[in-house]
Amino acid sequence: MGFGALYLLACSGALAELYFFTTAPQASETAPNRERFLKVYLIAMVLLAWVAVLTGAYVVYPWYRAIPPAGSADLSMFPQRLLISSPTTIGWHSFGMEWKEHVAWFAPISITMVAFVVIRYGRGLRNHRQLRAAVLCFALVSFLAAGVAGLFGALIDKQAPVQGGHTIQLSAGGEK
Amino acid sequence: MNASGHAISPDTPAMPNGSGAAAVLSAGIGAFALAVLAFAGDKSAAVKSLLVFYKPTGPLSGVTTAAILIWLFTWGILEWRWRNRTVAVGRTNAIALILLGLGLVLTFPPFVDLF
Repeated sequence: MGFGALYLLACSGALAELYFFTTAPQASETAPNRERFLKVYLIAMVLLAWVAVLTGAYVVYPWYRAIPPAGSADLSMFPQRLLISSPTTIGWHSFGMEWKEHVAWFAPISITMVAFVVIRYGRGLRNHRQLRAAVLCFALVSFLAAGVAGLFGALIDKQAPVQGGHTIQLSAGGEK
Repeated sequence: MNASGHAISPDTPAMPNGSGAAAVLSAGIGAFALAVLAFAGDKSAAVKSLLVFYKPTGPLSGVTTAAILIWLFTWGILEWRWRNRTVAVGRTNAIALILLGLGLVLTFPPFVDLF
């Protein structure tokens, strides 16, 4: 989850920098070191995004969907089963996790493309108006996808396994 | 001035757009492939079992692995074909964004539950 949070933090900066980088009218407005910084920044984001989804899918998710021993009454260590055991919490799995587990992958696919195009075209990207529009759209989708995944990740993975309990509500406050 | 002695206008792309268009379109295809595979796995028990590449992760392992392979394969082919060409990037962008939008819709559980 830490990788996803870092990725989300990096996204806002990347969006602003990408917008400036691809729309500044004169080449002189973008110093070479600023271009280099953006490329390194995007490569770091690509790595973060892939590490986030791969650890999410192959480290955290197997534990989330672990199956309890037959007859087990305590489901607190089996988050998926805990959530689907009650009609008041099943939505966290059938909506939250089902959406999160797939939409999260749009982030690394999109940001990898964005990084490739920025590295390949550099400052020349400002001369490809339609390409830069697509790059900005995909960067925004990457941010939104990571946001959805991060939000449900925080609500589900933190609440269900750490706190346990039968009913999980967004506004539970101190009572969990 | 470029190597051939012609001035390059600030508004004239110096590099063909094919490589960028290939990356954008393949990203759209990859996102759509992921959503279609997820949808198919959700609706068909046979497809779901086929997509279990790694048991602890379940069908998600197959959905994402297959989608990434489709994305990278498509990207490689398009890059190979388009890297030195100028393509109708408006059209490829539109297709990519439509595929991305469809991908987002197909991964949204309330929509999937309609079928």
